[in-house]
Amino acid sequence: MSSETKQILTTDGIPLEVSLKKAEKKNKIKAFLLVAPLLLFLVITYIFPIGDMFMRSVDDRMVTNMLPKTFKAMEKWENLEELPPEEVYRGFYEDYKLLVEKQEHGKLGQRLNKEKNGFNTITKRLFRQIKRNKIDESISIKDQINKIHKRWRNIEFWLAIKRTAPPYTMAKYLKGMDMYVASDGSIAQVDEDRRIHRILWLRTLEIAFFVTLFSFFMGYPIAHLLATLPMKYSNLLMICVLLPFWTSLLVRTASWMILLQQQGVVNDFFVMIGLVGDDNRPEMMYNKVGTYVAMTQILLPFMVLPLYSVMKTISPSLMRAGKSLGGTPFVAFWKVYFPLTIPGIGAGCLLVFILAIGYYITPALVGGASGTLISNQIAFHMKTTLDWSFASAMGLMLLTGVLVIYWIYNKLVGVDNIKLG
Amino acid sequence: MALPSYTETRYRIWHYIYLTICTFVFFFLIAPLFVIFPLSFNAEEFLVFSEGMKNLDPDAFSLRWYKDMIYGTKNPWGLAAKNSFIIAIFATIGSIILGTLAALGLSSRHMPYKGLIMATLISPMIVPLIISGVAIFFFMAKAGLAATHTGIVLAHIILGTPFVVITVTATLSGFDHSVTRAAASLGSNPVNTFMKITLPLILPGVISGGLFAFVTSFDEVVVVLFLAGLENTTIPIQMWTGLREQLSPTILAVATCLILLSTLILISAELLRRRSERLRGINR
Repeated sequence: MSSETKQILTTDGIPLEVSLKKAEKKNKIKAFLLVAPLLLFLVITYIFPIGDMFMRSVDDRMVTNMLPKTFKAMEKWENLEELPPEEVYRGFYEDYKLLVEKQEHGKLGQRLNKEKNGFNTITKRLFRQIKRNKIDESISIKDQINKIHKRWRNIEFWLAIKRTAPPYTMAKYLKGMDMYVASDGSIAQVDEDRRIHRILWLRTLEIAFFVTLFSFFMGYPIAHLLATLPMKYSNLLMICVLLPFWTSLLVRTASWMILLQQQGVVNDFFVMIGLVGDDNRPEMMYNKVGTYVAMTQILLPFMVLPLYSVMKTISPSLMRAGKSLGGTPFVAFWKVYFPLTIPGIGAGCLLVFILAIGYYITPALVGGASGTLISNQIAFHMKTTLDWSFASAMGLMLLTGVLVIYWIYNKLVGVDNIKLG
Repeated sequence: MALPSYTETRYRIWHYIYLTICTFVFFFLIAPLFVIFPLSFNAEEFLVFSEGMKNLDPDAFSLRWYKDMIYGTKNPWGLAAKNSFIIAIFATIGSIILGTLAALGLSSRHMPYKGLIMATLISPMIVPLIISGVAIFFFMAKAGLAATHTGIVLAHIILGTPFVVITVTATLSGFDHSVTRAAASLGSNPVNTFMKITLPLILPGVISGGLFAFVTSFDEVVVVLFLAGLENTTIPIQMWTGLREQLSPTILAVATCLILLSTLILISAELLRRRSERLRGINR
């Protein structure tokens, strides 16, 4: 390259290359500044809090913070086959006395009880001794504590304290899958009759899957009809899809509650056509039937709209060409039309499935006990048990699932196909 | 959809089956909404059609529940409606401003990391609401904004902006950038160009995004249940408590009003969509 071509100058005498780079950089900054307010807002109010959820779900510094002297002394506890040395006992005693003054000893007892069953009893015993000033600090604390309860002489209980030392724990995630860390450090399953969370995960997946399936089988024909009818009819029919889409979720749930109740319109109709007797009307609400019916109707527009927008772009002459080349209408449909609608099917199914998997309001109102999903459980722990770290852990497990589905979808179909309305 | 006269009988039958299925699905979609109308005029306290209503006896119908909705003592609907409208209006304005600016930046071809930023901006739409609710609650509690109007408005801006970003980006994708260059070459400054040239052209997209944001806020219940105190009750919260506790026909009166409101929104959204497509030169 000769030096002349390098030295193309702008009217200001600056090399063109430099000037162009400068202008491009300026444009980049300009574009970024436009996005910056929203990006900053979302990062602060939304992305960081999701990170905060993660911190809360794994955070396990409570015991460490409550028992600083104990953990300091435990560094000297070398032979883990024997009871810890005097310093550990003394450290624990001093920490615990401080907690009693701050009235936080109850929290510690409950937390340690989760680690080793029966712990709460012996910390309460110790509490009573401290309240009565029965402990003489000038002689061996180890001997005095060991006399309070035989469990204090059991090494298992001291090992349980030691186990809480790491600042982070996966216990909440394990609990979300009905597992726990056993006293020997291995991961164990909870008893079969107490595995509630696994049932909820499976039920959530099952309901999301079937709602997606029902929506697809109901949405495909009407999207096809809407896309092939002349404009003036299809616009009118489109209202049937768009009006529910724009109507409040609670209004639609309320109408299903009225329709499905035992004295409701659907049951009235069944009685009228003689399908069921007046005295044994089936229960259609507060069970899975109610959840399926209501959720399918509520999520159906999210299936129809992407399908419609894809089908609208398919030229009718393709089907005619298929038929004129000797295909029956079924073959023409299956070999020509259907493959072209796959992006729409993907987008619709993704939308419905992701919305269904996080559903909360409708199942809570029409689902009853057998219609509760994982989201209801998260809300329950947020509001009733106030176990926010467990709610966070389950929320993040759900989020991971959704992101995996989204990623697979993006690999298979591409996210650009999502359209609104 | 008339069939050609040479269609074989079996395809003719199949075609009618197909039409029947479609009719059923359309009925399934729209009919539930119409149950609410007549029942909201029920003279009795039960949520079932009384014998009188089935016989169209005029005495079985009344405006009782509408009166209760508006004048009823100790009833929360007035406060709830006021709160809902205030929150939704501010949330919509916030979403429109932040969302439109971001969409303008995103449609610039100079935008770095476009995919990543777009994914971040629309993430509140993809993340299940319950998770958004938990995260936003943690933030608002730390910032001292739980149980305030400000907190709920901010939360609804988070949920509403993705819609504005998507609709405005879509409108801008068909936007002819030479018109802004023409304006600039004629001596207009960037702000003036935006107000006089760009904004009028993308306005349909902005408004339809705003409508989405409004409806999202007005209809939102999951996040607001975490955030709202007694003073911040909204229509969805009242409906939620009403549906859980005592199913009174007043709820149906409110629901009827909400259906009328959504009909209004549907009509404006449709008109906007058509106008926008005309402006973008999409003819069907």
